[in-house]
Amino acid sequence: MTVNTDISAEQIDRLEDRARFVRLETIRLIEIAKVGHYSSVFSCAEIFASLYYDVMKISDDPNWPLRDRFLMGKGHAAVGLFPILADKGYFPEEWLDSYTRLGSPLGDHPDMRKVPGVDFSSGSIGHALSNGVGMALGGRMRDLDFTVFVMLGDGEMQEGQVWEAAISAASHKLSNVVAIIDRNGYQLDGKVDDVMAIEPLAEKWRAFGWEVHEVDGHDVVALTSMLRRVKADKNRDKPCCVIAKTVKGRGVDYMETEPGWHLGYLSPEDSEKARQTILNTRISGGTQ
Amino acid sequence: MNAKPDLTPESWQYRDLNSRAPSLSVLADTLIELAAEGHPVAAGTADLQHSNGLVKFAEAHPDRFVQFGISEQNMVSAAAGMATTGMIPYVATFASFLGLLTCEQIRMDVAYCAQPVRMIGHHTGISMGFYGTSHHATEDISTMRAIADLAVISPADGAQFRQLLRHSATYPLPIYFRIGRGHDPVVYDRNDSFQIGKAKVHGIGKDITIIACGMAVHGAKQAVEALNEAGHSVGLVDMHTIKPLDEAAVLEAAQTSRIVLTVEEHNILGGLGSAVAEIMAESPGRARLKRHGIMDEYALISPPMRLYQHYKLDGPGIRDVAQALL
Repeated sequence: MTVNTDISAEQIDRLEDRARFVRLETIRLIEIAKVGHYSSVFSCAEIFASLYYDVMKISDDPNWPLRDRFLMGKGHAAVGLFPILADKGYFPEEWLDSYTRLGSPLGDHPDMRKVPGVDFSSGSIGHALSNGVGMALGGRMRDLDFTVFVMLGDGEMQEGQVWEAAISAASHKLSNVVAIIDRNGYQLDGKVDDVMAIEPLAEKWRAFGWEVHEVDGHDVVALTSMLRRVKADKNRDKPCCVIAKTVKGRGVDYMETEPGWHLGYLSPEDSEKARQTILNTRISGGTQ
Repeated sequence: MNAKPDLTPESWQYRDLNSRAPSLSVLADTLIELAAEGHPVAAGTADLQHSNGLVKFAEAHPDRFVQFGISEQNMVSAAAGMATTGMIPYVATFASFLGLLTCEQIRMDVAYCAQPVRMIGHHTGISMGFYGTSHHATEDISTMRAIADLAVISPADGAQFRQLLRHSATYPLPIYFRIGRGHDPVVYDRNDSFQIGKAKVHGIGKDITIIACGMAVHGAKQAVEALNEAGHSVGLVDMHTIKPLDEAAVLEAAQTSRIVLTVEEHNILGGLGSAVAEIMAESPGRARLKRHGIMDEYALISPPMRLYQHYKLDGPGIRDVAQALL
């Protein structure tokens, strides 16, 4: 889909820079933990950047009642979210240095009780869309105007609760719920469609009563324009699903071709090489 | 509509299905009261608004009621999300589904996230009678009790449920309520007072103290009266809050009575009896303990009243169990 954009060149640079920041910080933090979900973050780095540095309505107060909400069904990508929340000033940057160490608020999955800015805890795949449905219902009851963005993994589509939530969001006409599917094609045991086929995905969501769009999840211009547009659409009377086509491990070439990097550890030398690759690569689309 | 609903003992249904016993409407009536007092309560159910009476709340507050259809897991997770916006959601469905099917959602989204959701598991225990094991809930105390930061409450009747529901509007922890079919016999007066976490001590016996919860309190009370009339010294503790447990009440019984008998409409593994056993095992006390309930088995098919007789959970049955210990 061609998207006209009024995103400035400066903003495009900034979004690309923030996606690069997410990847670099992910490598740094996983060096502390000695194991982590590199490639799961690399596929959604542009989604994080687009939401937190452009699309979402947020403020300096992480508990502002009118803020847009962000939930992640794929909670294992939290290591990519934490640096953003620190960058927003929701908690001290030093917290990042304690990542996964004894008593740290920051673990492999996000905990809303410990980490300011995390809108809901996750880690058990399949719950987040339901949590988002509840937030939208609560917002309606309290007359609060916000949008709920729920990022889901494509392997997550295999969880039955996702479809319970999908039915309920459509049935209750929750037009302020936007699901973003990080369609990177891989899950722990291999290719999603080999493990448990989920296609035709767009048709499934349409059949469940959602408006569906597909976009290149690494093209910050296309992605951001799309998310701005679906958020601003006040005529829609149904929830919206954006299928973001992505590449698992995007940004580090050997991770893009080796699904084993879902959970792994780079030696310090390899971390440095990966860091140089990320610094010297301009990622703008390329998922087609 | 009959002024007084006419119950069919063989099925425990009302002959006039449009009629509602007062205890059935406790949930909706109390939530309507709380809403009128300014509490931000909301309600949801999974295709059971007539079973749990929430239809009345739905009519009074359509904007605060959510019908989730037959999707219990989605309902619990959504209630947790709703609570983050400042609402206090009360979600109700059969206890058999809440305690097992949605156990993980209750742990992850409600308790771990410390959201003020109140789960109402109704038609608990073996009160569904001949509907069978799929509809019996004899594991829910056990599963809910193992979840950190979650209160577990099993009221004895409608009057007690009403009071504890009212307290729940301002209680700091998430709560799992375990209630019967709404046809439960009356134990308390509407003006009796109860507190979450504080047992209702009817007496401590020198011979036996029965510690009971839920519908078993009614039968236990009858048993205590019969045994005391026969010259024994038997007391009763209504342990409506199983978590946080009133440990002082357990210790008082354990240090005063020769025997502590726990009675619950639940598997004896993991429920009230286990909670009491844990306290007694770690404390000095002279009493020996007997757990009575469902003996780690799936209940037979039967009308509920006949089941209570069979499993000795009615007055005469509990009396016989206690008598055998004397």
